[in-house]
Amino acid sequence: MSKPGPGEPQGQTETSIPLSSISIRHRPRHRYAVIGNPNSGKSTLFNRLTGLRQTTGNYPGVTVERHTGTVELKGTAAELIDLPGIYALGGQSTDERIAVDALLGRIDSKPDGLLVVVDATHLYQGLYLLEQLIELQLPMLVALTMSDMARAGGIAIDTDLLSRHLGGIAVVEVTATTGLGVSDLKSELATLHEAPVPVIGQSWPELSQLAQQLADQCGNLDRMDVIQALLLPGGAHDQLASAAMGPDVIPGARNELFGSEPPQAVEARQRYRWAREVRSAVQHEAPLLERFGAKVLAWVNRPWPATALFFLSLVLVFQAVFSWATPLMDAIDAGAAGLGAWVTASLGNGVVASFLADGIIAGVGSVIIFLPQILILFLFIIILEDTGYLARAAFLMDSAMRRVGLSGQSVIPMLSSFACAVPAIMATRVIPDRRDRISTILASPFMTCSARLPIYALLIAAFVPNQSVGWFNLQGLVLFGLYLLGIAGGLMTARLMKSTALRGPKPHFMLALPDFRRPNLQTVMIKLMDRARIFLKRAGTVIFSVAVIVWALAYFPRMDTEAPLPEPVNGQSLENQRAAAQMSQSYLGRIGKVVEPVFEPLGWDWKVSSAVIAGFPAREVVVAVMGTLYAVGSEADEGSLTQKLRAATWPDGRAIFTLPMVLGLMVFYAWCLQCAATVAVIRRETNSWRWPLFAWTYMSAVAYLGAFAVFQVGSLLTGPA
Amino acid sequence: MKTLADLNKGYSAEIEWIDTSGPGVLRLMMLGLVEGAAVRHRGTAIGGDPLELSVYGASISVRREQARYFKVNGNAAEASSGLIP
Ligand SMILES: Nc1nc2c(ncn2[C@@H]2O[C@H](COP(=O)(O)OP(=O)(O)O)[C@@H](O)[C@H]2O)c(=O)[nH]1
Repeated sequence: MSKPGPGEPQGQTETSIPLSSISIRHRPRHRYAVIGNPNSGKSTLFNRLTGLRQTTGNYPGVTVERHTGTVELKGTAAELIDLPGIYALGGQSTDERIAVDALLGRIDSKPDGLLVVVDATHLYQGLYLLEQLIELQLPMLVALTMSDMARAGGIAIDTDLLSRHLGGIAVVEVTATTGLGVSDLKSELATLHEAPVPVIGQSWPELSQLAQQLADQCGNLDRMDVIQALLLPGGAHDQLASAAMGPDVIPGARNELFGSEPPQAVEARQRYRWAREVRSAVQHEAPLLERFGAKVLAWVNRPWPATALFFLSLVLVFQAVFSWATPLMDAIDAGAAGLGAWVTASLGNGVVASFLADGIIAGVGSVIIFLPQILILFLFIIILEDTGYLARAAFLMDSAMRRVGLSGQSVIPMLSSFACAVPAIMATRVIPDRRDRISTILASPFMTCSARLPIYALLIAAFVPNQSVGWFNLQGLVLFGLYLLGIAGGLMTARLMKSTALRGPKPHFMLALPDFRRPNLQTVMIKLMDRARIFLKRAGTVIFSVAVIVWALAYFPRMDTEAPLPEPVNGQSLENQRAAAQMSQSYLGRIGKVVEPVFEPLGWDWKVSSAVIAGFPAREVVVAVMGTLYAVGSEADEGSLTQKLRAATWPDGRAIFTLPMVLGLMVFYAWCLQCAATVAVIRRETNSWRWPLFAWTYMSAVAYLGAFAVFQVGSLLTGPA
Repeated sequence: MKTLADLNKGYSAEIEWIDTSGPGVLRLMMLGLVEGAAVRHRGTAIGGDPLELSVYGASISVRREQARYFKVNGNAAEASSGLIP
């Protein structure tokens, strides 16, 4: 997918049109913003309308993601811009500001019209946003989604009457998940640009009229600009307006409209009263029979069963990640090993063969192996998200989070960090208080993300005995312990921050709880494919380049093959001794020797130390580098990485990978911020280098000390290694 | 005077007056908890806090201490269960 550069005209996302395509593709002629409440089915409808013709880029000049797509209409096409899901236009969260800025044309050119997504089962809140949007004076079209859910819930909506209450805006009922009604929606979309601008809002005509009057007087401000200025004292629009009209006009109007009340309270009161009236006029509810499903939900929705179910589902996720993925991983592993052996067999022992077999197949391949595991993990998290269960978890965990000074709102980002901290940190945008938001951002990278799975899986499989402890498997328990370690690190960090640098008032907690929904296969698959693409792209770029560099550093300079071996060690084949000697005089070996003393107190030799250092841009690299180092370091290519790690020794023959060393290494890995993408997203979301630098230094220090303590104490307990 | 925090599970009541100076109250009003709205108490998390309230089909989670800023009229009624009140 190409990203449109800032200077490029809109709609040129497709550069070439395949000649073979039968349907004629049109250049989009109009741009419509798609907006609606969170969980209204906006993304599902957007995917339905645009299919694969989607692009993700940035708004020109600002680092805010801009998601657009093209919809084919009868004889024409339109570009759709997906705005963040919001409840109201006046809010101060990051998402709400982005939406308002895009609608008013502040960070993008103004859209030609609006497609407003309204959940038929949440008409009350949908109408509120609609009334606010009408003030924009743009052509509008309403997609009434979840029509199937409404019908199942005994709700019937008179769309004609609703349209009349909305000043003539067309209303189309759709079911985004099945596509029902989407063709009607498309034919309305085709003529949206010429639809009349909706009649002035009816929920609060006094506001609209006064704002119109002031806008007319002033000349260079829109009605919506004035409304924003009136409703948000001290905001950007307020400053604009007082610059344009003098400092007294807006406060005077405010006094007339709101008296001494906060403007937003008056707005909510006015518009929701109207929303209530319209809703009861257009919506007919059949008396709902108690359905079996509803009874089950009501039973599960009690405090203890719900909490128990939550923990049970987490256990299921971890179990699945390990047991379901194994056959697939074994297959990839066998494939990679076979490929490596075949390359060596057919190309001999030259530079090219080593580059392919040791650098690329052993390096990148050892990371790709974990694709099945990572996808299974993501599958669960996406399903939790899609069914509305993550929000439910936030509700259940609120009182626990209160102990560390945060609220349930931080639970959603922390749970999604089990997949990846980058989207999780972006998800903190909904947390209104800045201190709570930063504390959550700092806690999130501690959660065990999917990129940590490879090293855990490798080390656990190699060094933790596969035996059962009571009902459980020891390997599974160690993995579970590592997850707990991550959670503990994150929560203690949040606690620490909230009682020191980020001390603030007790956070309040409010969250819209979506209804339970059956996950939609198409939505889940689109999101899953997206994650697979991101993972493979990382493997193909960052991990690939690091693996190549490390291979080159480990392979060159070549040693004189005739030279006598430095110190003959008994019981090792001549080949392996030669390979080891070559390795230790390579560039990487020389660098490794320099840093070795730093990590010696953790029990690491220079190979492990270099692998960990190479892993700072992306932690999966550690596995890739170990794969390369141990492949280059042994002339015989048979044997998996696991076996090579088990066989690794210090020069005096002691094993390197002892249990205390391995546990320490995993503790290091659990707490260290080895991820450039996370550092970059913290920088972007906090808008300063201070927090990412702090997070990096703090987490590295904690990781080092943790690994040091585990290794030293463990070695004392197990006797001299 | 009774507040939303005093509602029993399964009961609903109409909001009569809101203390708009309470922390976070404005955001709750933006979600639809305003004077005249009928609100139902759907349940709580362990320990009785936070509450799950529903207003015309939308569920909102609120902490008990915040719910106290919303005064309700005296005649709370048991609402029919079912997914949508
Ligand atoms: N039954 C039903 N479910 C839907 C419909 N549209 C979306 N969903 C589901 O509603 C949930 C939220 O949808 P999503 O598109 O992510 O909402 P967004 O937050 O507004 O983007 C997902 O589980 C969807 O599968 C619909 O028309 N009918």
